[in-house]
Amino acid sequence: MSEETPTVARTNSFMVAIIFIAFALSFFALYQAMVAYVNQNPESGNSLLIMSLTGFALSTYFMLQAQRGAPKLILKPQRVATTILCEKCGFKNVREFQRGDYILKETENCPKCDERMLITSIHREVEKSESED
Amino acid sequence: MLAQVSQLFGQDNSILGWILQLSWLLLFVVFMFYGQRIQTWNMLREVEGSLVRFKLMRDEGRKVAISTIKEVGKPQADPTAEVDRFLEYVALPPAEMDPAGIYWKLEHVLDVWDARVKDEVRHMAPEASEAEVNNLENLLGAALALNVYYKFVRHFYTLGKKTMSLYVIMQVQMALPLLMREAKAHLSALRASTEGQPIGDGAGALVAAKLMREYEKTRIAKDVVMAKVPLEGRTAFVLKAEGPGGNAGKPGDAIKRIIEENGGNIASAIIVDAGQKWEGEKVGEVIEGVGVAIGGIGIDRFKVDETVLKHRVPVHAVVIKEDLGDAISTMRKEIVDAADVAIDRIKRLIREGTREGDSVIIAGIGNTMGIGQ
Repeated sequence: MSEETPTVARTNSFMVAIIFIAFALSFFALYQAMVAYVNQNPESGNSLLIMSLTGFALSTYFMLQAQRGAPKLILKPQRVATTILCEKCGFKNVREFQRGDYILKETENCPKCDERMLITSIHREVEKSESED
Repeated sequence: MLAQVSQLFGQDNSILGWILQLSWLLLFVVFMFYGQRIQTWNMLREVEGSLVRFKLMRDEGRKVAISTIKEVGKPQADPTAEVDRFLEYVALPPAEMDPAGIYWKLEHVLDVWDARVKDEVRHMAPEASEAEVNNLENLLGAALALNVYYKFVRHFYTLGKKTMSLYVIMQVQMALPLLMREAKAHLSALRASTEGQPIGDGAGALVAAKLMREYEKTRIAKDVVMAKVPLEGRTAFVLKAEGPGGNAGKPGDAIKRIIEENGGNIASAIIVDAGQKWEGEKVGEVIEGVGVAIGGIGIDRFKVDETVLKHRVPVHAVVIKEDLGDAISTMRKEIVDAADVAIDRIKRLIREGTREGDSVIIAGIGNTMGIGQ
């Protein structure tokens, strides 16, 4: 199989530098805002505070992006039920699917009337979130 | 001048204040000139994350295929190299510039594909029974599809990275949610094919299987069985793909043969198949209509269309609704239950549309994996 997978660098130094600078600027803007408020200059204080918050938001966003771990493939176990029915007496048995089962396959004898039973259904159990689709 | 500029930004005149102002101005300029490039980087990162997921799914498909072949087929040699070769197989469609007879050409290509794949599977898994060969063919098909999804996304990712073109990367970025959904559906198909469990696509085959169970079956076309079933005072020619191995057979050939052998004296043909549901519709909903309800590439539909037109046979459709994920993964209970609803609909259609003593065709279409007859 031809293989030329692009190597995915999860974090790069450029990104780290940008995040660091943005954080430093945001802290500094926050400090300046506090100084401006102390010096009775609310106009400057407000604009500096807005700058600071914007900087924090941006740097946090980029940091979260950079920290995003490598994706994993999680395969949830799936329960598949086989329903076996005795057509003579109506006895019904539901069990886990076994390899070799198929719908309309004649299986073991009925424990009640000793007649051959039939697989009438094989279906997977669906999670609630999936069933709402 | 400095004081005026400073007032413009409502800032103190300290050196640090100026550094701050200049940094923000610089940031503004950077966004103005490099905004699109930054957007492209962002999109590339998003596609990159998905690409890793597609690769994991592709690897899972390959791993499952190899382990199942080893388990079921008990080969003498390691089948890894053969599986890897198979995952790169392509079927090239015939030239379309002159479309006359394209269906026959396409059918030929698919026949060759089917024969080749079956030979490969038999070679890889010498101990597998005929039903298991069919299931392994389905399994390899799902693994191949996962490989195609991965390579498709990788192509656009790499091309986007090389050209840094927003429009190249945007094409795949916009399609990612749908591609991911389809890939996940194929991932669930792996499980069903590994175990030989019935899949949602077999809804039509299940209906036919229930109708023909107690009657004698004959093979009427490639991988298709037929039984003559007395139903509501009529004679029903019920057909489906031969199970329980995973295949869909050639129902088009079977329907054509039945109509021609009966000299066109077929009062009605009812075709039952699984059909794509719209979002918001319930899985297992049964709807009716007219026309040839046979999915796939269209070869069987074309054959039936030609024959029913020639003999003026009315064609009715009974469709069991499901989405792609349901169609190729293990059957849901709603679909199993829908088979009985579909049988009731068929009986009503026969009662209302034909007379006693008439002959009708009931064709259960779909992959019959995990469904006997």
